Parts: sequence; C-alpha cells; structure tokens
Amino acid sequence: MIKPKIEIFKKPGHINDYPIGPGYKAGHLVSTNSSYRVFKPVIDNELCTRCLICSLYCPDGTILINNDKIEIDYDFCKGCGICAYECNRKAIKMIKENE
Amino acid sequence: MSDNRNQKLFLSGNEAIAYGAKLSRPNVIAAYPITPQTVVVEKLSEMVESKELNAEFMLVESEHSALSAMIGASIVGARTFTATSSQGLLYMAECLHYASGGRYPIVMMNANRSIALPWSIYGDQRDSLSLLDSGWIQVYAESAQESLDLVIQAYKIAEDLNVLTPFMINLDGFVLTHTYESVLIPSQEDVDEFLPAFHSPYIMDLDNPKNMGFSSTPADNMEFKYQQNKAMLKSKEVIQKTEIEFGKKFGRYYGGLIDSYCIEDADVVLITIGSIAGTVRTVVDKLRNTGTKVGLLKIRYMRPFPAEEIIKVIRNAKSVGVLEKDISFGFEGTVFTNVSSAVAGSGLTPKLINFIGGLGGRTITPQHIEDIINELFKAINNEIHNHVQFVNLGVEVNEQ
Repeated sequence: MIKPKIEIFKKPGHINDYPIGPGYKAGHLVSTNSSYRVFKPVIDNELCTRCLICSLYCPDGTILINNDKIEIDYDFCKGCGICAYECNRKAIKMIKENE
Repeated sequence: MSDNRNQKLFLSGNEAIAYGAKLSRPNVIAAYPITPQTVVVEKLSEMVESKELNAEFMLVESEHSALSAMIGASIVGARTFTATSSQGLLYMAECLHYASGGRYPIVMMNANRSIALPWSIYGDQRDSLSLLDSGWIQVYAESAQESLDLVIQAYKIAEDLNVLTPFMINLDGFVLTHTYESVLIPSQEDVDEFLPAFHSPYIMDLDNPKNMGFSSTPADNMEFKYQQNKAMLKSKEVIQKTEIEFGKKFGRYYGGLIDSYCIEDADVVLITIGSIAGTVRTVVDKLRNTGTKVGLLKIRYMRPFPAEEIIKVIRNAKSVGVLEKDISFGFEGTVFTNVSSAVAGSGLTPKLINFIGGLGGRTITPQHIEDIINELFKAINNEIHNHVQFVNLGVEVNEQ
C-alpha cells in the first residue's frame, strides 16, 4: 500500500510564501493523528488467518500486511475497534492505552 | 462578429447583465430564480439553449447550491456566473465566505431587494450591505450600460492573480433591473481582446492534484485572513487600471472607485450609492442653475472601500450627507458608518448627516433630495440635533 509520507509543515517566513487561499498539493500529511485513542487494537498473528477483513473495514486504512504479518499503523489508528468487532477469529483484542 | 460592433439594443438592467455575462464567455452558470433577478438567468438560459453561448447551465435547488456549484467549478479553473437577490443572497451567506476565503474569482449579480420581515419584493440595499464583511468586492451600478460593462470588467479584476477575490455587482431591484434604456453591445471580438480566457496556477487538475479548502489551526488561520485583506486592498489599483483600459477600448469610463459630480467648489456634498445617484445628479443640476454650491459623490465600490479617494474630493465641503437605502438598527446606515470612519481619520471636520430612505421600495423624489440638500446647508452653521434622519417616512413620529 502506498501511504503519503509525513512532511512537517514549516511555517513560511513571509506572507508571500503562503499558498494563495487554502489550496496545496494533495497527499500532503503534516502530522500524525491518533492522540485521542483510548483503546488500541493488538493483533495475535498466531490466530490470524490473513483474511484481511480488518484491513477492509478499517476506516483510516491503518491495517497493512507486511512480510505475511498484519501490522497496525498506530500513528493513525484512532482505536475505533471496528477491526476487533469484525475479526471472525477473535485475533484482535482492544487493550487500554498505557496499561 | 465585427458586424455586432456598436450594436444598440433596448435592454433592462437584468438583460444588460445577461449580455455582459454572455460576452464574458462563462464556462458554467448556476441558476436559481428570485424576484427581481430572475430575468438574468432566464435570458442566459435562452442564450445557452440557442447555442449563442457555449456554457454549462446548471439548474440548482437553492441559492446555497448555486454558489456552491460556482465554487466547485471555479476550483477547476472555470469562469463562473450566477445571480441572486435578497433572501437568496442571505441563504448563500455561508458560501460567500467560502468563495472569498478560497479566493475563487466568481462573478455574481445581486438585485438589491429588501429583506424579510415584513416580506417585500421591492428594493433597498440592506441585503448586500449586511454582507459587506463577506470578503467580496462590492460595486453598485447606476445604469444598464454600466451594468453590462461592469460584468466584463468584473472578471478582469476578480481573476487578476494579485486579487483572486469574488465580485458582486449590485443593481437596485426594479428601479434598475426592470427599467429599459438603450445599451451599446460591444463586439465579441473586442471583449475577447479585453478579457482573455482565465488561466490560474491555483486550480485543481488531474496532473497536479491539490487538496482544496483545507482546514487550519490557530497557527496559520490569521495569515490567510491577512492575505485576503491584502488582496482586497490591492484590488483598488487593479480596479482603477481596468477602468482606464476599458475606457480606452470601449470609450466608456465610470470614474473608478468613486464618481463625483460638481464637487470641486461644493459647500455641500451628498454621498450615495446605486441608481438614486441619477436623481441626485438632476437635482444638483437644477440647484447649480440657481448658484447653489452643491455636489454629488457616488461611491461605486463599497469594498474595497475608497476612503482616501472620498477624502480627497470632499476636502472643501462644509457639510456632507449620506443618503442610503439601509439602516443598521440601533445605530445608523452602514455607508454612513464607513464614510464617517474615513472622515474621522482624515482630520477633516465637515458636518455629517445620515439620510435613510427608500427602505422596502419607498420612493425618493427629486423634492426629497432637495429637502436633504437644504437640511445640509442649514447644518453648516447650526448644531445638528438628529444625525440620522429618515426620508419620506410618511407618518408623524415625534414623541409628545
């Protein structure tokens, strides 16, 4: 999966260097976005059959397959829990952050 | 098309706007009817139907949608046109700010009409003046010819890359939208030379995908607003330049941001906006014949506001009146507030009186204007007791 890279927006020094109106190149992420997550999904790759239902349902596109393992991009996962609910094998558990 | 050169037609203000729009070759037109604007979009629909005009004609379900459609089309670089009035303008208020904040050079005609309640279809200027802060360039036309010419100029000004600000052309409802006069129609060839197709680097296209209309945090929002204000201020010189260029090409010049008449030696100056300026001009002529030193100052552009230009021409006036079809309840008319602010910063100390007239289509006659001018002469050497006066109220209001 191709994901846009995070490019930190450097505040321009002069007003003329601001975009004219709020329009800028597409696919430009300026920050991570997951700070309000309360529960985080944790995958048990032993139980997982790589059916990718979780990836299809993830509203933020944060579940990816990497080297035959399911990985979650915690920089953008909001902790909604849809993946855990949809997983037929109960391979995803929602764990409270900082516990 | 050169056989069209100097063609003269008998047109209403609304029809003149439609001809002006047609000659400007808009790519997309959104139409939602409202009295007294409806004829504009009706006429344009006929032009599109007969293939006189090659444009996408969108029938939308509301004014909010009309302007939203214009924003979408403008984002991909289309030249856009729509028209509205009164309640319709208020209904698109949210989109007015979207369009100016997004820096989309949309051109829109507004037929000045009173706003409910009480419900009324007749003219006054409370609709557009209540949206003076929406970030649009606002001009007030006096004649059908000026209306047509303004549409062509509007695109040139709005699309200037230093301006990129939407443009509202205001016509007094019925008084200007529905009255007929002979109007010169410039040739398409001449208009094409004056107004080439719009090209902007700030648009969305498939080869250069953009994220349009993004959100901002407190760290950046204010910079965008600063930039918007800077562009609006910059539009002053672009308006002036465009007027001069238009005058050279088509032989008609309207004075730029303001238009003054018999003002150089005037002791009394009456300031106004829109079509009532024509009536004031005839009264000034009459009074000048009897040696009365009175002049007219018509403010054409309310935004950007021509403060310096106004101060320059009223420098010698002892008494200045502002006649407007508007009131900001609990204070005074908005045109007067703006003029007073300009005067306050200038060091000038003329007597200032605000005359509120024509609300909901109430007549303002030459006699009323003569009375106003007499009142302003009286004010020169007397204390003003009431600096906001209603014209032709038609009922006794003195408290017993």
